[in-house]
Amino acid sequence: MRYAMAIDTKKCVGCSDCVVACQTENNVPTGYCRDWVIETVTGTYPDLAIELRSERCNHCAEAPCVSSCPTGASQYGPGGIVFVEHDECIGCGACIESCPYDARYIHPDGYIDKCTFCMHRVEKGQDPACVAVCPTNCMYFGDMDDPNSEISKLVSTRKYKTLAPEAGTDPKIFYLI
Amino acid sequence: MNEEIIISGRMIPHVDPHLELWHWPISLYLFLGGLSAGILFFAALFTILGKEKEFAGAIKRATIVVPFALGIGLIALMYDLTHIMYVWQLYATIRLESPMSWGAWVLMLVTPLSALWVLGYFKEYFPYWSWKTGFVKPLGIVIDWINEYRMTIAWILIPSTLLLGMYTGILLSAFNARPLWNTSVLGILFLTSGLSSGAAVIIWVSQNHVERKLFSQIDLSLIIIELFLIAHMIISLYAGPEVQNQAAQVIMGGQFTFQFFGVVVILGLIVPGILEVLELKGFHFPVAIPVLLVLIGGLVFRFVMIDAGQLTRYLY
Repeated sequence: MRYAMAIDTKKCVGCSDCVVACQTENNVPTGYCRDWVIETVTGTYPDLAIELRSERCNHCAEAPCVSSCPTGASQYGPGGIVFVEHDECIGCGACIESCPYDARYIHPDGYIDKCTFCMHRVEKGQDPACVAVCPTNCMYFGDMDDPNSEISKLVSTRKYKTLAPEAGTDPKIFYLI
Repeated sequence: MNEEIIISGRMIPHVDPHLELWHWPISLYLFLGGLSAGILFFAALFTILGKEKEFAGAIKRATIVVPFALGIGLIALMYDLTHIMYVWQLYATIRLESPMSWGAWVLMLVTPLSALWVLGYFKEYFPYWSWKTGFVKPLGIVIDWINEYRMTIAWILIPSTLLLGMYTGILLSAFNARPLWNTSVLGILFLTSGLSSGAAVIIWVSQNHVERKLFSQIDLSLIIIELFLIAHMIISLYAGPEVQNQAAQVIMGGQFTFQFFGVVVILGLIVPGILEVLELKGFHFPVAIPVLLVLIGGLVFRFVMIDAGQLTRYLY
């Protein structure tokens, strides 16, 4: 099993519902967020192009945060979900320094926190909160190892990109372009 | 035009607009760790070479600094942890792919050895105490035991201090997410800088002309090597991918140019290097001047690398 997310940049309208859903679902402290929306504008007027991307932890297969963690608190969970075991975290910040996506932060309680693909929901067979709430249905969550899953089909038929693949992290969020 | 903005709003403390996670405690620790590694390396080396009498400054005097420096460094390190109650987790495992993990273990080895090393010379530091009687008698026995095994300790210290000095650099260079740090020369550069700081302290506390002259020569060689390694670092950043080219800008014309070239390279390496050459040629300066310049240069170098490195990133 290999969990992944595909996000259709053609369908995203940048409403930030995913951000609010995540903050509510995961009780993210005020002023913090586990996901965010980026708007990229390229070109020269009048030939401008806009791309909208909902970004979060890429749940990398070669996660530098897992290898840099001195205690093993940062680890791979079921389906390759990268998460932090709070009781093993010393708050050294090595994982934050090692993340090319800047997807982690220090929780006000001291441990390092991040997107968990809503592990607690996924365990029950539900989609992560951000995916479940998306009003344009531009986000897809599923098992990349299952060739019949919607996400496998999308990634095999649509053009996609990943963020900073040159960092060698093998990211598992696919942006359909 | 190529503009990327976060439209959902994101201003996470210590992460946005750029990383400001590691502060002065880490820089201070990296400096003190390197300095301690440098002093202990020379002390162990000259003990193994059987030069205890000629090089008392290195072996007996400068080493007093080390347990205190490592102690302060460790306190700084602890101060920087945000989930401090779980710090014991660091010593519940060894993870070789995490430099911080094996570095913590090396530190766990070197710190007590440095304290034993200094304790072993207590009888010479306090010759008028009556070591055979009273409450210091058990301490005397421990000291004799330490001195019996001093050669073994020295042999353990050679590789472990080299590892400690190198680890302070590898800790940073292992983060490929921070392009300024992600150059393999950093490990050997930090080690050289640490050895140079160590040699400088030895020059300062030495009371013997021969020792002072030898360590001036050692320090001068290390300064020259360090200058070459800094050139290597810059070349490797420019020869690397685009993110590293951009990272190099931070010290090559960007925000940290003055600190890096003005303080670290010129004031911390070139000026003391010239002073040491003049000293060896027979001109006399207060020895504290080149020594302090080397130490300040080493300290500022850690500050610049920590602060500048966190400005560099892959995205946005």
